[in-house]
Amino acid sequence: MTLDATDLSLTVDGVDHLKDVTASFQPGRLHTVIGRTLAGKSTLLRVLAGLQRVDSGSLTRHGADFLTTPVWRRDTAMVYQQFINYPHLTVFDNVAFPLKRAGVARDEIRRRVQESLARVGLTEFRRRRPSQLSGGQQQRVALARALVRGAGILLLDEPFANLDYKLREQLREEFKTLFSDQGDAVVIYTTTEPAEAMMLGDVVLVMHEGRIIQTGPPGEVYDRPATTTVARIINDPPMNIFTGRIAGGRIAVDDLQVTRVPAHLADLPDGTYQFGLRAPDIALASAGLQAEVTFVEISGSETFVHLALSGTGFVVQIDGVHDIALGDRVSMRLRPERLFAFDHSGALVRSPSSGPGSPEGR
Amino acid sequence: MSRLYATFKYTLISVWAGFVVGPFMWAVLTSFKDANGVQGGATYLPWVQYEPTLTGWQNIFGGAGGVDVVRPFLNSAVITLVASIISLALGALAAYGLSRYRFKIGFIANSDIIFFFVSQRIMPPVVLVVPFFFLLQWANLLDTIPGLVIVTVALLLPIAVWVMVDFFNGIPRQIDEMAMLDGCGPFGAFVRAILPNSVPGLTVAAMFCAVFGWNDFFFAFRLTFTEIQTLPQAVVALNSSIPPWWTLSAAALFGMSPLILLAVWVERYLSKGSLPGVIR
Repeated sequence: MTLDATDLSLTVDGVDHLKDVTASFQPGRLHTVIGRTLAGKSTLLRVLAGLQRVDSGSLTRHGADFLTTPVWRRDTAMVYQQFINYPHLTVFDNVAFPLKRAGVARDEIRRRVQESLARVGLTEFRRRRPSQLSGGQQQRVALARALVRGAGILLLDEPFANLDYKLREQLREEFKTLFSDQGDAVVIYTTTEPAEAMMLGDVVLVMHEGRIIQTGPPGEVYDRPATTTVARIINDPPMNIFTGRIAGGRIAVDDLQVTRVPAHLADLPDGTYQFGLRAPDIALASAGLQAEVTFVEISGSETFVHLALSGTGFVVQIDGVHDIALGDRVSMRLRPERLFAFDHSGALVRSPSSGPGSPEGR
Repeated sequence: MSRLYATFKYTLISVWAGFVVGPFMWAVLTSFKDANGVQGGATYLPWVQYEPTLTGWQNIFGGAGGVDVVRPFLNSAVITLVASIISLALGALAAYGLSRYRFKIGFIANSDIIFFFVSQRIMPPVVLVVPFFFLLQWANLLDTIPGLVIVTVALLLPIAVWVMVDFFNGIPRQIDEMAMLDGCGPFGAFVRAILPNSVPGLTVAAMFCAVFGWNDFFFAFRLTFTEIQTLPQAVVALNSSIPPWWTLSAAALFGMSPLILLAVWVERYLSKGSLPGVIR
C-alpha cells in the first residue's frame, strides 16, 4: 500500500525542481514535507498527483507503476494553498462532486456529504456558494471535499498558509483529529513552518533545492539535523551557524575565544568546524562576549535580537519584551552544551543529544 | 480645479454622446416622415414642423411600393444564430486547448497559433472573398444559407477564440486540476468545471459574434445573387437613385433592433462579480 518515489528528477530551464527524489510514503502515516518557498515541495505533490511530468525516475503504488496512471484514476485528493473550490457549485455540491463522479448512490452521497460538512463545521452553510464564505470556511470546504472520498492518497499543499494566524492555529489543531481516521491513506502535507512540520508529522521530509535532504521522525530530525541546511530550515528562527576552531579545549571564532569545549564535543580533534546553536540557546548576560545589536524584533512573548560578533551574525531569542536599541553593545553567552558541530561540508559531526564518542551516522 | 475638471468631463461626454446618438435620432425622426417631411429642409419636431406618418414602417413590412424586409431578416437571423453557435462551440474548445496545453510544431507555439486566428480578422475581407467564392462554388454552396453560415463561421471563429483564450487564462488552472483529481477526464473537467464558470466570457464572445455576424454585408453581397438576401443587403438595396429615406431609415432601425435588445438583455450577465471567489 506504499507510494514509492525513486530518483524523481525534473529540470525546467536549467533549474532543478526535483533532483533524485527518493522517498517511501507509508499508508496511515502523516508525512510533512518542510522546505523554503521554491524548494520543490509543490512540484513533488504535483508529480505524485499526476499533474506534472518528470524527466526521469519512477513512482510506484502497491508496487505497480504509477507515473503512467492518469490523474483521474490515481485515487488522490488534494488541497491547495489557494482556496480552490468550484465557484459555480454550492458548498454541498462542491463536496458531493467527487462522489458523483465516482458513481456513488444518491442517498449515500447525501449521507457522506452531510457527515463531512458536519466534521468541518459547515452544515449551516451548505447552500452557499464558495464566494459567500470567508477564507477559512472556503478552505474547510476544500478539506471536506478531500476527506469525503476516503481517497488513498491525500495531498495538502500548505493548506493553511493563506489564513490569518489565529485561524491557522485553529485549523491545524482540528486537522489532526480530522485526518486521524483516514485509515490507510497516505497523507502528505507541505509547509514552510518548522513548528507545523514537527507538530503534525509522523515523518518529516526536509526539502531544499529540489532534493530531499533528510527524512525521519520529527524528534530525530530536530535533534540530529543531517546538515547545516537542515538545521536552518527546521528551526525558526533559523539555527545560528558560525565557523569556529577547536583548539586547546576552547572554541574560537577568528581570534576570539567564545566558549569552552563542552563534554559532547570533547573528543573531536582540533580543527575548524561549523557550529550550530539555536536562538534560545544564546543568552544576553551582564558579562561575556561583546556584540553589537543590528536588529530587534519583538513578537510579544519573545524578543529576537540580531547581533554581530566579529563579522558573524547571531540571532538571540529571549523571553518577554526588552528595550534594546540598535547599535547597543551587549554581552552574550553561548550555552556550549547545546552546540551542534558540523564539518566544513556542512554534515553533522556531533549533536547535543549524542554523547561523547558516539559519531553521527551519515 | 475639480469643478473645472467636472465641467470639462461632462462637456466632452455630452459632445461625444451627441455625436453617437445624433445619427440614430436622425434616423428615428426620418423614419416617421414622408416625402414632404424629408424635402422641406431639416426639421426636428413632429406635429410642429412636420406631420409624422407610418409610411416608412408600413413599406418595410410589405406595404405598397415598399420592400419586404421580413424574409431577409429571417435569413440574417438564421445565419447569425447558427454561425455564432458553431463559432462559440468550436472557439471555446480551441481556446481551452490553447489556454491549457502547450503546443510546439516546429517554431510554432501557442502564441503563434492564437495570432494566426486573430490575423484572420486583420486581413481585409477583399482578400478572402475570392477564395471563398471559389470554395463555395466548388462545394455548390454559392447563394445558399449553409454557404453563408460557413463563411460567417470563418469570420466569427477568430473572435470567439481570442475572447475565450483570454477568459480561460483568467480561470485558475487548479480548478481543472481539481476536477481531474475528483475523477473527471480532461474533457469532463472542461465541461463540468470550466464551462459552467465561463458564462461571462461566453456572453462577451456571443455578443461579438452576434454583432459581426449580423452586420456582415460584404460577404453576403459577393456570395449571393438571387436566392438569398440578408438584411444589410436589403437595406442597401433600397438605396436607389431617389432613395426613399423614410423606408431606408425604418429598415435600418428595424435591422438594429435585435442587437439593441440583445445588448440590454445581455448586460446583466456582464455585470461585476460574475466570477467572485475564483481568484483570491
